[in-house]
Amino acid sequence: MSQIELMVAGGHEVIMEASPYGIEKKKLGMWIFIVSDACTFGAFLFAYGYMRIGTVAWGTPFGFSSILNGMIMTAVLLSSSLTMLAAVRAAQADDGAAVKKWLGATMLLGAIFAALHLREWFNLISEGWRLFANPTGGPAQFGATFFSVTGLHLTHVITGVIALGFVARGYKQGRYDQSHVETAGLYWHFVDLVWMFVFPLMYLMNAH
Amino acid sequence: MAETQVHAAHHAPSQGFIRKYVFSVDHKIIGIQYLTLSMVSAFIGMALSWAMRIHLAYPDFRIPILGWLSPNGAPNGLMTPEYYLSLMTMHGTIMAFFVLTAAPFAGFGNFVLPIQVGAADMAFPRLNMSSFWVTFVGFLLAAATFFIPDGPPLSGWTAYAPLSAVGSVAGPGQGLGQTLWVLSIAMFCVASLMGALNFIVTTLDMRTKGLTLSRLPLSTWAWFIDAWVSLLAFAVLLPCGLLLALDRLGGTSFFIPGGLVFNDQLQPHSGGSPLLFQHLFWFFGHPEVYIIILPAFGIVSHIFPTFIRKPLVGGWKVITFAEIAVGTLSFVVWGHHMFVSGMSPFMAMVFSVPTLFITIPSVIAVLVWVFSLYGANIRFDTPMLYSLGFVSLFITGGIGGFFLAQPSTDSYLHATSFVVGHFHFTMGLSAIFATFAGFYYWYPKIFGRTMNEKLGKLHFWLSFVGVYCVFITLHLTGFAGSVRRYSAFVDDFMIPLMPAQRFMTISALLLGAAQFIFLFNAIWSRFKGPKSSDNPWGATTLEWATTSPPPFDNFGGRQLTVYHGPMEYDDEASVMQTSPEASIAGT
Repeated sequence: MSQIELMVAGGHEVIMEASPYGIEKKKLGMWIFIVSDACTFGAFLFAYGYMRIGTVAWGTPFGFSSILNGMIMTAVLLSSSLTMLAAVRAAQADDGAAVKKWLGATMLLGAIFAALHLREWFNLISEGWRLFANPTGGPAQFGATFFSVTGLHLTHVITGVIALGFVARGYKQGRYDQSHVETAGLYWHFVDLVWMFVFPLMYLMNAH
Repeated sequence: MAETQVHAAHHAPSQGFIRKYVFSVDHKIIGIQYLTLSMVSAFIGMALSWAMRIHLAYPDFRIPILGWLSPNGAPNGLMTPEYYLSLMTMHGTIMAFFVLTAAPFAGFGNFVLPIQVGAADMAFPRLNMSSFWVTFVGFLLAAATFFIPDGPPLSGWTAYAPLSAVGSVAGPGQGLGQTLWVLSIAMFCVASLMGALNFIVTTLDMRTKGLTLSRLPLSTWAWFIDAWVSLLAFAVLLPCGLLLALDRLGGTSFFIPGGLVFNDQLQPHSGGSPLLFQHLFWFFGHPEVYIIILPAFGIVSHIFPTFIRKPLVGGWKVITFAEIAVGTLSFVVWGHHMFVSGMSPFMAMVFSVPTLFITIPSVIAVLVWVFSLYGANIRFDTPMLYSLGFVSLFITGGIGGFFLAQPSTDSYLHATSFVVGHFHFTMGLSAIFATFAGFYYWYPKIFGRTMNEKLGKLHFWLSFVGVYCVFITLHLTGFAGSVRRYSAFVDDFMIPLMPAQRFMTISALLLGAAQFIFLFNAIWSRFKGPKSSDNPWGATTLEWATTSPPPFDNFGGRQLTVYHGPMEYDDEASVMQTSPEASIAGT
């Protein structure tokens, strides 16, 4: 980023000083959003922990195949952070073709993650798990917490895939620059990081 | 993210009424929109309190407009106990969210903060516009509850589960009314989060040359700290609301225990915990009262030096660090709202200690204001009167806090009107007085005209005396055991307190009537008030270094340089922050 931003205000060109922290405003905005969103996830996970500790005979429905599925999902999402990193690198090097390629790869991995996750959901639903029902006859809290916590995360992933699509298009059209790719990357890594909490808490702890 | 792309696109003044005044990205217009929404909300909230007070003191008095509004809730104008609770819920919701959270933070913050940091607008102008309009939709959803057949919800502004979670079986208003309420609050959360993000980035990134953090005006400091508290607290109320919505609409049992019977019907839920709701709610709810009061700290700290003509005792540091301490501690004291909830008594002890600790920075702030007055040549203009009134109300209310912070005394006082008196003093009216102080202070800047001083002073004295009459009496009746949330005291041990109830009702009616003096003054001065100079109070911060009202980009294309802190006062002399002259107060 250049140190000086030109602003056109009221017909005059005004030279505004660059940020004293050297961090550009939408990037700072994304960091602040991440702080806030972390609290939101924290509250969901707190509710999950509270429910779990307070529930006798908590249902643990996940067998080997689900855990394997979860591990594949984790590998896919972690890889997508790597491809995102490559996209940011490419944007910094001003390599448009590579940006397109790596953003595309990140979106693809995100979509695979979402597809695997939805398959998991449909499996559970076909077994009779609901927000309010437990097919094994135990307490219904597993369904409530699992679907709400992973649902929130999945919403973030899908939003991220769509947002990356907009960034890729804007970058291609020359409206966006590398800072947009980097800001989108911050979000993507955060969503990835959240999964590193969700996976052990929602999957590994619920394996029988 | 697109809004950050091209400054030119939205920094040319928009033409056309809709873009200029309605869907405006100009932070000044958005600030005025927030203030207007708050003022409308405040009068609605006040009318609700009138209805409740009248019913408490004169249980047979009919209020025809209520009968028209809700034939079921108030047949022939006589409210049912349930409808009383509906009015109470909406009074709390409208006042806490749409007045106290909106006006001093989003209202003044939006108008003043970008100017005080020397910026042309907020960091994200379109996000800023969205904040207001999402808030507005939230307000419409809350207001809509008055016009549905069952009326507004009756679970209070805290919406305690399971009452709020089980649906219409729990009483009128708990069906559609409560659902609209949850949606409204969720919208408010989203809007507040967007606003907080914008305030933080603007304060950090948009400051003009030379405006270091140590030279920030104290109001901007308070909004900045407040934005952080908002950011963390509303981020937890949002999931709290979402889980409540899931319980209501998705059949889950987060907050509803098993074996619960409402109106002879066993509820099809099991395994949830009402305490979980209280933890999530008060994790937001306690910081919320500081979200309300911190901007008040800032406005008063900003106004004081102008009217005492010297810097605050301790400079910018003591008051600012007190605010940071208050903001930080506010996140570890939420359990003091839950002493009588059935939570472990050990937890009560754990929460009691930080609650008593939080009085230390609060007392430091109060001492800063009081000691600053010593030896000062005070100018008693209306903004200063309201600032002094704020300090008085905050001290009086704060004393009640010592009683409520301790589980032993709280268990007696918790369900009494003592608590009602306490929080109205500390966060309700203190914040309202600071808002009035800010309103009289910045009015010339906002509209380019000055409000009438005589009417302002009359408004102050009537309000000040009225507030003490109503809310000190609430403390006293609370001590005597008068229960809160009751719609009538007609046939029990509280009958001897009826004269006090009537005194409070009459005081509240007069107090409310005095607010119409303010309304008249605000509207009349807008058109007929004397034209104001650019800097009518002889203040030093950047908002006074531009015209009244400021141009679209705030400084007419000038890039300001700041040389001093905000409190360069020495009796009659003062140095603007933008003036390269030598410092006279060493800030």
